[in-house]
Amino acid sequence: MSDHPTTTSESSPQELVPLSEGSPPERATRTTLRYVDDRLGSANFLKRSMDKVFPDHWSFMLGEIALYSFVILLLSGVYLSLFFHASQRVVVYDGSYQPLRGVSMTDAYASTLHLSFDVRGGLLMRQIHHWAALLFVTSIVVHMFRVFFTGAFRKPRTINWHIGVGLMVLAILEGFAGYSLPDDLLSGTGLRIAYSVAESIPVVGTYVVYFLFGGDYPGQDIISRLFIIHVLLVPGILLALISAHMMILWHQKHTDFPGPGKTEHNVIGTKFYPGFFLKTNGFLFMVFGVCAALAAFAQINPVWLYGPYDAGQVSAGSQPDWYILFLEGSLRMMPNWETHLWHHTISWNILIPGVVIPGIMFTLMAVYPAIESWVEKDKGFHNLLDRPRDKPVRTGLGVMSLTFYMVLVIAGANDILASTFHWSLQATTWVLRVLIIVLPPIAFKITKRICLGLQHHDAALLHHGVETGIIRRLPSGAYIEVEEPLAPQKAETLAAQIGYDHDGHPPALAGSTNGHAAADGGISRPVGALAKTRSKLESFWDEPREDIPDPHVPDDAEHH
Amino acid sequence: MVSVSSPDAPEPTPRRRIRKRRIASLGILVAALGTIGTLYAGLAPSGSAASNSDPSIARGRQLFLQGCASCHGLNAQGGVRAPSLIGVGAAAVDFRVGTGRMPLQQHGPEAPRKRPVYNNAQIQLLAGYVASLGAGPAIPTNLNYQSADVAFGGSLFRTNCAQCHNFAGSGGALTYGKYAPSLSEATPKQIYEAMITGPENMPVFGDKEITPAQKLAIISYIRTIKTEPNPGGAGLGRVGPVTETAVAWLVGIGALVIVTMWIGSRA
Ligand code: HEC
Ligand code: HEC
Ligand code: HEM
Repeated sequence: MSDHPTTTSESSPQELVPLSEGSPPERATRTTLRYVDDRLGSANFLKRSMDKVFPDHWSFMLGEIALYSFVILLLSGVYLSLFFHASQRVVVYDGSYQPLRGVSMTDAYASTLHLSFDVRGGLLMRQIHHWAALLFVTSIVVHMFRVFFTGAFRKPRTINWHIGVGLMVLAILEGFAGYSLPDDLLSGTGLRIAYSVAESIPVVGTYVVYFLFGGDYPGQDIISRLFIIHVLLVPGILLALISAHMMILWHQKHTDFPGPGKTEHNVIGTKFYPGFFLKTNGFLFMVFGVCAALAAFAQINPVWLYGPYDAGQVSAGSQPDWYILFLEGSLRMMPNWETHLWHHTISWNILIPGVVIPGIMFTLMAVYPAIESWVEKDKGFHNLLDRPRDKPVRTGLGVMSLTFYMVLVIAGANDILASTFHWSLQATTWVLRVLIIVLPPIAFKITKRICLGLQHHDAALLHHGVETGIIRRLPSGAYIEVEEPLAPQKAETLAAQIGYDHDGHPPALAGSTNGHAAADGGISRPVGALAKTRSKLESFWDEPREDIPDPHVPDDAEHH
Repeated sequence: MVSVSSPDAPEPTPRRRIRKRRIASLGILVAALGTIGTLYAGLAPSGSAASNSDPSIARGRQLFLQGCASCHGLNAQGGVRAPSLIGVGAAAVDFRVGTGRMPLQQHGPEAPRKRPVYNNAQIQLLAGYVASLGAGPAIPTNLNYQSADVAFGGSLFRTNCAQCHNFAGSGGALTYGKYAPSLSEATPKQIYEAMITGPENMPVFGDKEITPAQKLAIISYIRTIKTEPNPGGAGLGRVGPVTETAVAWLVGIGALVIVTMWIGSRA
């Protein structure tokens, strides 16, 4: 990247350049800046912003998908709010969708039908809004995994990690609230489940749902309350948190993968203006385009087919949107346990899968950075990312959690699977119950193995070069494969990634990762149960990496 | 109206709340069969009284002996391999054979819909023979469903059928490998027959529970949404959010990640 014209290293000196110099976009910026500065005296800030450097890697754009789909949600959501009636008043439908004419339904549902069939662009807007909602949550999750697997959550970025977890939870809530608004048969069924989940919380549950729903399910208030939650409360918080997220990012600068010339103290990449600005704008339109294309060609949430919500009706295959599917799955997978205590029923079958499991999942997500830094006794700053393979335990844990989550999601669609493949619903559920216990540890083991294998492969590449596929016979009669050393630039990058420092010293081995072992004066005996756990965990985390040879020591041992 | 309806069947009150029905409860099934049996006793023209000297019944018996007796017994009395057909009625035969479910080819959790083995004339003969053994629901004719109330049918459909067949009749899973099939291929006559005979795990919907006029409304709804285009684009199987999920991940995020990589590689 360092040979690219717009590539800059931040902290380059700023001098006043004549207005006529440079490429057209550069001149345009400079003119604008001068104009503003002459009036506000703020050009220094703007200039610094325009010169902000963004590293180039495709995975750094994932968060932007989330950002732009949020923008789309705001815009399309405002349009929908102009026509949507958040009311549970019962009306008789007389719009243009024939198969529902004359049916009694809530005003919320009727207005959604009106939006879909009688408002110009209404259906398209609904579909854009819903596809963007799916993209929004999806990209948040994908973005989060990028951050996790590259270690970008480490100090100093832990606060942004926590904001991210909050954003994800809020996005899921927001999606659920929106999905419930049309008051159709599927969303009503989902809301009914949410009601029982909240109700299952011991002691306070009943009061909480009574307060939320204004009485027994479905009550008269829930749609109008969800509406305020959906269009005002949660978007407001989301907006605030997203701003905080971006400001912290701006302030802390972006992380980057190790590479030649990249250190913990610099950022190398494209200047915000024009390079990154153009790139990110192009991207904005791509996200818009994908949403619009999906909305134009793929039908989503056809509420007119679901029918209005009616407590006496239910449809086969009533699923929520995908981001709720893991909850649905955990509810479906749970055996039917209940305890009766002093005239109270504790519904473990709802409490555990609906409250405890998601609670544990999100808590673990939030505290993971603290756990890792505690175990690794790592208090340092990290501006350079890890490659997933270089952190086998973290990567393994991530894939393990992902596996657990995937099984939950799949369980949420167990009936669709069963009917599509003609499996037995019971057998499917039992297989998934076994898989959720067995698969995650296996996923951990396999991932760790793969990581170690890749490390080995990298070391071999660096040390021996690329296998050319050419076989040569030695005078001794043995066959060898001719190896070609890596191109110098590639080798340099790889060395930096593996962790060689600038003087070519190999990375520290286990036990001395952060130099603490040496600083402690050798072996320190852990005292206390906590310390013992930690030291056990530490040796688990820091299991010696594959032997990495020093590139400067010529390797004369014969191989193959 | 339908030919099988009793003349004094009350006109349905539109939009009357229909009670939610229990799924496949054996008691209801037996009771319903009983009711239907009595109801049709006087209506079935080819009841057991009709003599076996009727040549078409003899031909039907011939076909039965060739294709069905190995399982259902020489006199359709049933056996270890298949239930008795005495009293199941012509509608049951027309449905089972007309949807290709019979003759059964393979024992599984459920007999799937197949290409029918017999042609229409043969099915009529088989049905006539079975109907001659004992009274049962007759094959409905003159199903004038086009003039029925679609929207009312939709409500009835969601109350009585959607829990197994899904909101749009796309089908759904039942327990132990059984499933409620998609309704997209069933003809109006077969839909009517399914309701009055309750094949396998489907309950019988007698005329007390769903009047003939209401049945026509249900048929009208099923046919309407089947032929109705999807105004929002591709229907994605009409199975709800699961396929939308697949599209969001594979097409939505998939496309954007490829774009990101592409932009990244050109920056
Ligand atoms: C391979 C064995 C087999 C053959 C051959 C077979 N059936 Fe069946 N039949 C079954 C079984 C088993 C059932 C019960 C399971 C079910 O309901 O699908 C059944 C059920 C039926 C029923 C429904 C009975 C009820 O209680 O409603 C009808 C009607 C029927 N068969 C008609 C026929 C006719 C007509 C033929 C010949 C064209 C035929 N079957 C050939 C095995 C067979
Ligand atoms: C308890 C679940 C259940 C309910 C409720 C139910 N069905 Fe079914 N239905 C089934 C099953 C199971 C079959 C498959 C029977 C077989 O394979 O013989 C079926 C088959 C059918 C078929 C034949 C489809 C074909 O392509 O051959 C039709 C038509 C049908 N049902 C219509 C209805 C209608 C209309 C209602 C509502 C009035 C309804 N069903 C209610 C379970 C159900
Ligand atoms: C920020 C994230 C948001 C998410 C994840 C989200 C998600 C959703 C979803 C899934 C639906 C159901 C859509 C459907 O009918 O198929 C919905 C409906 C709706 N949303 Fe949003 N939304 C968001 C923001 C907003 C905002 C900011 C507004 C308004 C300013 C808004 C207004 C509405 C309205 C009025 C509806 C109901 C209309 C209808 O169902 O057709 N949304 N939302």
